Amino acid sequence: MIYLDLLISFLKIGCFAFGGAYGAIPLIRDEVLLHHWLTDEMLSYIIAVSESSPGPIMVNLATYIGTMQGGILGAVIATLAVVLPSFIIILLITIILKSTLKNQYIQAVIRGLKPCIVGMVLATGIYMIISNCFGTISAINVSLQSIIITIALLVTMTGYKKLKKQKLSPIILIIIAAFLGISVYSI
Amino acid sequence: MNRVFDLFLTFAKIGLFTFGGGYAMIAIIENICVERKKWLSHDELLNITVIAESTPGSIAINCATYTGYKKAKFAGALAATIGIVLPSFIVIYLISMFFNNFLEISIIANAFKGIKIAVGILILDAALTMIKKMHKKNLPKIIMVSSCCIMLCINFFAWNFSSINLMILAGMGSLLIFVCFDIPKQKDCQNK
Repeated sequence: MIYLDLLISFLKIGCFAFGGAYGAIPLIRDEVLLHHWLTDEMLSYIIAVSESSPGPIMVNLATYIGTMQGGILGAVIATLAVVLPSFIIILLITIILKSTLKNQYIQAVIRGLKPCIVGMVLATGIYMIISNCFGTISAINVSLQSIIITIALLVTMTGYKKLKKQKLSPIILIIIAAFLGISVYSI
Repeated sequence: MNRVFDLFLTFAKIGLFTFGGGYAMIAIIENICVERKKWLSHDELLNITVIAESTPGSIAINCATYTGYKKAKFAGALAATIGIVLPSFIVIYLISMFFNNFLEISIIANAFKGIKIAVGILILDAALTMIKKMHKKNLPKIIMVSSCCIMLCINFFAWNFSSINLMILAGMGSLLIFVCFDIPKQKDCQNK
């Protein structure tokens, strides 16, 4: 049943989503590919839409995937499920367990989790860039246009950072990428 | 009741007008909840950010839940959390109804092919920012590099191993090392 699947998947994501929205992307990718809810391509479109609409990115992703799979009810279930674990945990910490997080064993577990997430996010980024440009191992597909856009975007981003001493906003990068996509792929 | 409604409205506004999630929201929350409304002190907000980093879930939601509870107990926590979620829920729900039709227009499909590349770069950039903030010790570095390698294998060779299992493994490994090496060391120090 789709509603139960959505509930369980997004509860899982909500429980393990340390490190904000990008930290949760490897988990979300796992779940949506496993249930065949989205392809890699569709997932990156939705990440872009979530990044360019207001609100927490994780909520946006949950709402979107929920709507696609189960309409308004699916959207409500997925969104509630992704929010519920952190809601309960924060309440517990503020009400009764103020010192839980300082417990040395819990700290030890968290010290292991954090670098693991960083590694997973790094791997996801590398994988996405490589598979955009060269395809996957089972379907090698070198795309010259994608390589050109990748290089152009990387140059823009690092150039901006060097010149302006601050990061280019993700929304601006997405807009630039959209124009590059229209001009390069339409030729 | 008024206070609960105020919490709801304030966090709904924060939810509606912040793009980019997480840290972008902290700046807005600082401006509204600390400077204007004086619901929180600066130190408290900093403290929530630290808690948010060691608990799962979106930082913005963690902030909303904490502030809401502090101001009006459970009802406040609920109102603030729903407030921050509701605007983006409605916006995304509306977008998702039309999105697939949009993609049938070829110029928009091409734009999204470009955007797909930007998303990969954004994820890579998020990872690099996280690496900069990481503790520069050996154990975290080893965990980071090995989970990156395992995750790459999972992705490229379509290994059937969920990332949650990988996280559990890393957490337990770190706990085991702590119990086996760090605790005996602490005891040694105490004995001396």
